[in-house]
Amino acid sequence: MSEPAISCRGVGKIWAAGTERAHEALRGIDLKVDAGEFIVVLGPSGCGKSTLLYLIAGLEEPSAGEIMAHGVPVTGPAPDRSLIFQETSLFPWLSVWQNVSFGLSLRGTGKAEQREVARQVLFRTGLAETFDKRPHELSGGMRQRVAVARALAMRPKVLLMDEPFAALDVQTRAKMQGFLLDVWHESGASVIFVTHHIDEAMALADRVVVSTARPGRIKQIVGIDRPRPRDPFAPESVSLRRKLTELLSDEVDRAFAEQEA
Amino acid sequence: MTSTPVAPVRAAPSFAAPRWQRTTGFIGAWLPQLGWAIVSVGLFAAIWELCWYFGWADPRLLPPPHVFLSDLTGQAKFFNTAQRWQVGVAASAGPSPAVAVLITILSSTMRVFAGLGLATIVSVSLGVAIRYVRLVEHLTLPTITLLAPVSPVAWLPVAIFIFGIGNGPAIFMVFVALFFHMILATITQIDGVNRNYINVARTMGAGKWQIYRRVILPAILPGLLVVLRFNLFGAWMVVLIAEATGVGFGLGQVIMMARNTFNPSLVFFTIVIIGLLGFGFDFLLRLVQRRILYWLPNRAAGLVDV
Repeated sequence: MSEPAISCRGVGKIWAAGTERAHEALRGIDLKVDAGEFIVVLGPSGCGKSTLLYLIAGLEEPSAGEIMAHGVPVTGPAPDRSLIFQETSLFPWLSVWQNVSFGLSLRGTGKAEQREVARQVLFRTGLAETFDKRPHELSGGMRQRVAVARALAMRPKVLLMDEPFAALDVQTRAKMQGFLLDVWHESGASVIFVTHHIDEAMALADRVVVSTARPGRIKQIVGIDRPRPRDPFAPESVSLRRKLTELLSDEVDRAFAEQEA
Repeated sequence: MTSTPVAPVRAAPSFAAPRWQRTTGFIGAWLPQLGWAIVSVGLFAAIWELCWYFGWADPRLLPPPHVFLSDLTGQAKFFNTAQRWQVGVAASAGPSPAVAVLITILSSTMRVFAGLGLATIVSVSLGVAIRYVRLVEHLTLPTITLLAPVSPVAWLPVAIFIFGIGNGPAIFMVFVALFFHMILATITQIDGVNRNYINVARTMGAGKWQIYRRVILPAILPGLLVVLRFNLFGAWMVVLIAEATGVGFGLGQVIMMARNTFNPSLVFFTIVIIGLLGFGFDFLLRLVQRRILYWLPNRAAGLVDV
């Protein structure tokens, strides 16, 4: 039995703990992610999905429980766990290749090797022609692809994605999902992908983790054992969409009720 | 075809104009603006002239532009940079009027840029240090905030106590008038850096120093240049106050003398010089901004231009 890529045991997070503004974002998360597995965390807005990614990335510390990455407790950020954000997070003052090799440059890798690695990663991700461009010259979809390429340049074992395609239009989003699946197949990394989009979860996931409204807990884990690309209008898809919609709508109602209270 | 299966990475066409073209393009785009500037100033002058023509503006108090700009050599005579109060210097000694005007302008400009440069270097370094080391913040920020609202005029006696007479007090005045605001602006800029940039660097294993040097400094550069531009105007305002009090010579001293000798023509003449200088240096600074911030899209740079 191989070590899970990520394992969370009883993970909870209370923001601003001990103050008047304290609020509980996550409670009792138990989750094991296998190596090479594609997990989608599906939940209403503000359910602490992003918080979970920040904790796994090591950017924040959990208030309760323990997170292990490949059997080692997470104590801080590490290059083998890459986080990709919703908004573009490319550095606008660097060209595309400099963005992609930014992590290498932090380690003091030579310029020639940085360029070579960036060239290879961009070529593999079909972005070779963007090599010398600046982020502002690219479309939103291209920018997110470069952000994925930048994460891949670190050879991550786990890709953490925080609604990375939420700001994109529907057509671009579908393209990006195909792109991401290709990248995932090729890299062999585990992916933990956060979204509030049911169709996105159905197109991507090996397992969909449906999260409750705040505080975020795991409501149900739904496995999808069908080859990709998946036809969104196949009968299995329709019934699965109904199931996920029902699971989610309860939580959306609760989240609304809580906000109005 | 000799091309390899590898995509032509370097030969890919770039939509970005080369840097030199961006600069000349900027001047081209700026020409209409310059035209409007002339129209705007012309309109202002025309209203003034009309007021004089109809007798609403007393030419002894508010001489219109054609009066105070008509006798340039006469005005220039007042720009005396001779140190004639010193023992052994003849009353008529000194450079020719044209050279004296030039010396006066250059010395005021030098004070402006020395003070602005010092204030920029010290406030950016200290601002970064305050955010980088908590102890520095605890030790300095309360005092800085306490001194920030003090008017530059209050520092005038202090400047003279410490530096006496000459360039020292004028540069100190410019420095002290800008420093507190620039340091608070720097801190605000640092706090405003997109958290995603910092988190991306952290997940890639960047240390604190690397985050500051590689992420925060480039990220705050556009904002800092805007702060610098605003403070260029501030520096011109303060240098006049400083020069009005016995620095020796300078544009502020000329205005003070014009006030004491009841010479409104000379006051307005000097104001025109200051206005042109400020306008010109602001233009130069914008060109510099363009070159440094090559990575900003044109529209964003336009927003930064204010």
